[in-house]
Amino acid sequence: MFIDTLLIGISSGAIYSLMALALVLVWRSTRVVNFAQSGQAVLSTYIGYEISVSTHNYWISLPLAILVGAILGSLVDLLFMRLLMGRANSGPIAEIAPVIATLGLLGLIQSFVGLIWGNAFLHYASPLSGKGFSFGTHTIPFSPQNLFIVVASAVVLAIFGAIFKYTDLGLALRASSFQPEIAQLAGVRVSRVRNIGWAFAGSAGAVAGAVITPTSTLSPNSLDLLFVSGFIAAVIGGLDSLVGAVIGGLVLGVGFAFILQYIGGSVTFLVGFIILMAVLLARPRGIFGHKVNRRA
Amino acid sequence: MHDPAAIRLESVTVDFGGLRALSDVSIEINPGEVVGIIGPNGAGKTTLFNVLSGLVTPTSGCLYIGGVQRSWPKVHELTGLGLSRTLQGVGLFSDLSVTENLLVGATNLSKHNFFRALLGLDGAAETALQSRVAGVLRELDITDYADRDAASLPYPISKRVALARALISEPTTLLLDEPAGGLGVEDIAWLKEFVLKFRTDKSVLLVEHHMDVIMNVCDRIYVLNFGQLIAHGTPAEIRENPEVITAYLGSEATL
Repeated sequence: MFIDTLLIGISSGAIYSLMALALVLVWRSTRVVNFAQSGQAVLSTYIGYEISVSTHNYWISLPLAILVGAILGSLVDLLFMRLLMGRANSGPIAEIAPVIATLGLLGLIQSFVGLIWGNAFLHYASPLSGKGFSFGTHTIPFSPQNLFIVVASAVVLAIFGAIFKYTDLGLALRASSFQPEIAQLAGVRVSRVRNIGWAFAGSAGAVAGAVITPTSTLSPNSLDLLFVSGFIAAVIGGLDSLVGAVIGGLVLGVGFAFILQYIGGSVTFLVGFIILMAVLLARPRGIFGHKVNRRA
Repeated sequence: MHDPAAIRLESVTVDFGGLRALSDVSIEINPGEVVGIIGPNGAGKTTLFNVLSGLVTPTSGCLYIGGVQRSWPKVHELTGLGLSRTLQGVGLFSDLSVTENLLVGATNLSKHNFFRALLGLDGAAETALQSRVAGVLRELDITDYADRDAASLPYPISKRVALARALISEPTTLLLDEPAGGLGVEDIAWLKEFVLKFRTDKSVLLVEHHMDVIMNVCDRIYVLNFGQLIAHGTPAEIRENPEVITAYLGSEATL
């Protein structure tokens, strides 16, 4: 029973990690908590759904949904955030306007999705079974699709980790995130690097949406709770730490699974918010957040 | 025609709102020359540097590089034009190691596109870059710090790392903004030697409050006061210039 719960926790934690990663990537590049992230992810998942319906092939729809997610992320930055931040660039409004704008964008995207696809619960099917693995007579709640979720998330996280650590692009992303002015002086095209950060974030969110949705249903708001968990995970992790996002996601996923198993579903989110408040009160910069003030 | 100046700024005027920060300022830096800019606080020295590095777009004025007129550079284009700037204070990526700081500074040297960058291709170029990083670290005597986080460095070392990051892009002109600020006697002596060594084939533009540094390393000096160029000449000429002495009276006792 313990192992079953742990496995389920890791599976949902992996998804939270992806969502948290998406938030961290945008936060690091633009200093904005992107509330539109769940809208972007749901739109890319709908497009993945359409592709899978017309091709009858989940494995074709998945990479295309990820690509759409990346393009969407890039477009949100180019057509929306950049214009907005260029106009509201000083005073208190500069801090708050972008965040409010992402909330507005979230509503916009979800309404658009509702307009096109309606509010019905759609089923985005994966060829992997959603039934738990069986060992003799014992069937555990952990299914092949859950396994795929864990593997896919791990692969995505490993790819991002490697990009950040070992490539020039990763170096440029890290350099631009905290000292953009200096990065520019050093020859980095910060706005382009930022845009790549948005695209990466969009693709991480798209992976989350496309691998989790086959375990339930797809509707305009179906990823909202996932986003909230991802947000809590990102804050626990420090909002600017990739490692923190992953660990925050896993801690939260496993924690939720055990609460659900041993206490009951009605209190999981309550506990989530208690954890969030506790972390913010005890350690406002999160467990893995950075110490120094980066605005050089 | 004489040898074209490495950099020439002609009649640069900068207005911030109603405030005129620079008024009709012209300067030139010749190849192999160390040029100093001095002036009391608020004279417009940093504004001039900001114009040259693309951070401030002047109201009017022209820029010539190697005798050719060109538009004001964007900040990220600077290193590609052979200009490299250090900032007041430290100005390092505090998260990154010393080596990584230098690698960011070498962005203009790696011409590869997004996907090549993503995949970390270009093995030969990578090796060349690594050895160049090692060379610059050696040149500035900071090899021992290569793997340290920039945030953990002693102040004089972080100033050297900032210099190293400016050098890694192979600039022909180095723009140094108060490189001696906060340094002790020994490090200042080292800095003077460094600047003189560097200018054997390149040029240096220097904003500095340490008169000792300015008078010792500069071939020519421009003096700014309230956004206007009030004097220009060799260190000996500047030292004797009555207008300069007046501008400095009270703030810096002797030149």
